[in-house]
Amino acid sequence: MAKQSSELAIAELKKLLREKEELNAGAAEKIEEVVAVLNKCPPTYDPAFQRIILGFTDFKINNFDKNPDLYYQLANGQSPQYLVIACSDSRVSPSVILNFQPGEAFMVRNIANMVPPFNQIRHSGIGAAIEYAITALKVQNILVVAHSRCGGIERLMSHPEDGSAPFDFIDDWVKIGLPAKLKVLKEYEGYDFKEQCRFCEKESVNNSLVNLRTYPYVESGVRNKSIELLGGYYDFVKGEFSLWKHESYITEPITIPLPTHHHSNLAL
Amino acid sequence: MAVPAPFSLSSDSFASKPSTTTIFGCAALKKGNFEQTHFRSCTAFRRNQGFTLKASMGPPGFTDKLNNNKLKTLADTEDGCDIFNDLKDRFLSFKKNKYLKNIDQYENLAKVQTPKFMVIACADSRVCPSNILGFQPGEAFMIRNIANLVPTFESGPSETNAALEFAVNTLLVENILVIGHSCCGGIRALMSMEDDDVERSFIKSWVIGGKNARIKAKAAGSNLSFDEQCTHCEKESINHSLLNLLTYPWIEEKVANKELSIHGGYYNFVDCSFEKWTLDYRETKLEENGRITAKNKIFWC
Ligand SMILES: [Zn+2]
Ligand SMILES: [Zn+2]
Repeated sequence: MAKQSSELAIAELKKLLREKEELNAGAAEKIEEVVAVLNKCPPTYDPAFQRIILGFTDFKINNFDKNPDLYYQLANGQSPQYLVIACSDSRVSPSVILNFQPGEAFMVRNIANMVPPFNQIRHSGIGAAIEYAITALKVQNILVVAHSRCGGIERLMSHPEDGSAPFDFIDDWVKIGLPAKLKVLKEYEGYDFKEQCRFCEKESVNNSLVNLRTYPYVESGVRNKSIELLGGYYDFVKGEFSLWKHESYITEPITIPLPTHHHSNLAL
Repeated sequence: MAVPAPFSLSSDSFASKPSTTTIFGCAALKKGNFEQTHFRSCTAFRRNQGFTLKASMGPPGFTDKLNNNKLKTLADTEDGCDIFNDLKDRFLSFKKNKYLKNIDQYENLAKVQTPKFMVIACADSRVCPSNILGFQPGEAFMIRNIANLVPTFESGPSETNAALEFAVNTLLVENILVIGHSCCGGIRALMSMEDDDVERSFIKSWVIGGKNARIKAKAAGSNLSFDEQCTHCEKESINHSLLNLLTYPWIEEKVANKELSIHGGYYNFVDCSFEKWTLDYRETKLEENGRITAKNKIFWC
């Protein structure tokens, strides 16, 4: 079995070699090295392990070794232009759908791409990432990307009304999107459940954008225009991507004239 | 940074939502819509400007019209236009080179995801597993946080726990892989914290979760330089995260039944090497001192 699996991997590597016609002798040597390593592999059948070797070898040969200047620079520090917050869903990796290369995007992935309001005790995980990206890396663009058929949003929309048993942790997390859910239920009353979920996927991005502004360094960056807040939606059913900008106005104070007969009440 | 390429789309491929406007200054937009948007945004105290990239590549022959649109667009741009163009080009490149070329696969994936991996990696811009391990859409459910830490079950709800629960109990992934990396800023913050550091920052209150790894790294490397100690801690903290995974009853049960494997990985981007090992559950259980026993260890560069 072990022999068979490493033979499989070796066959894959040879395929890789054939596919990349421009591969030079150096790369071929590396493949030989990997083959040698695989042959020394512990005698267990581990497809996960083979997958990782192949993936990394491909990256090293076709990306790292071809861009020595870039990787030399990156080894000394990162200065990404984007902070991206995307869902953990296996189908929506921003590096794939927005073609981010190493160094371009600092990235948080969580269920349903949510940003909770500022809370140092409850939400230090994502808070740490936002704090680091803004205060240490001086990232200028924050992009929250949602997507179609999001399991996290579906859970938010269906529980607890459907009477399903609660999860240990998921429900507690997705309830960050509760304001978006309530808004959708009100504004899209009568729509079917699936449609409401689509609306909520987008509305929840807006909720996260609003929450981002509860982080003082984000808020001050937005105010002095050094930070741009962007919302995105990847629809993998239709192959579409929507993008929008979050802005808030500082409006002139609005004076609403009070009817005179209420005047006396104001004294209370 | 990618230089925004000239528009290669037909104007109506920007099928704008009513609230879509000034970024691309779409000529198609009616004034009435704009005012409506404006009105709505005043009440909502915010405004969404959006556009939709329907990358249905426009038929040839649109070039003249496009050039006009481009001029108009450039004339109308506000701050942020470069970013819109940048992201637009990025998505269109994916759509053209991947999505449309593998449309059957994407149609199947749209129905359901069945990833074999749950990956926990650092938020660092240099270490995305989709890049360094080439994970394709559908292959890996992913958490990215500072210093790829896994909190214990007892530490209460967090996004990492929620994602683990979904991946293990709903998606039934077969592998959990925690990937650490060289020169990790989060680990550096952990290593340079004072033990009685009272300054409260998100970063410190998050990375303190790796405290035990720091204790081990400091104990093991009193004669090492600070950088070397950090490297030690980067690896030690992966092992701590692997042990923390076992504090979740539904993870431990699956690992004991061999339905789930737990792996550690370490990516060194200075010399482009990768180390990978698998937690040996039975042997680790026998060790009492909070150490993990690894098997199938491999290193290559
Ligand atoms: Zn999702
Ligand atoms: Zn890191």
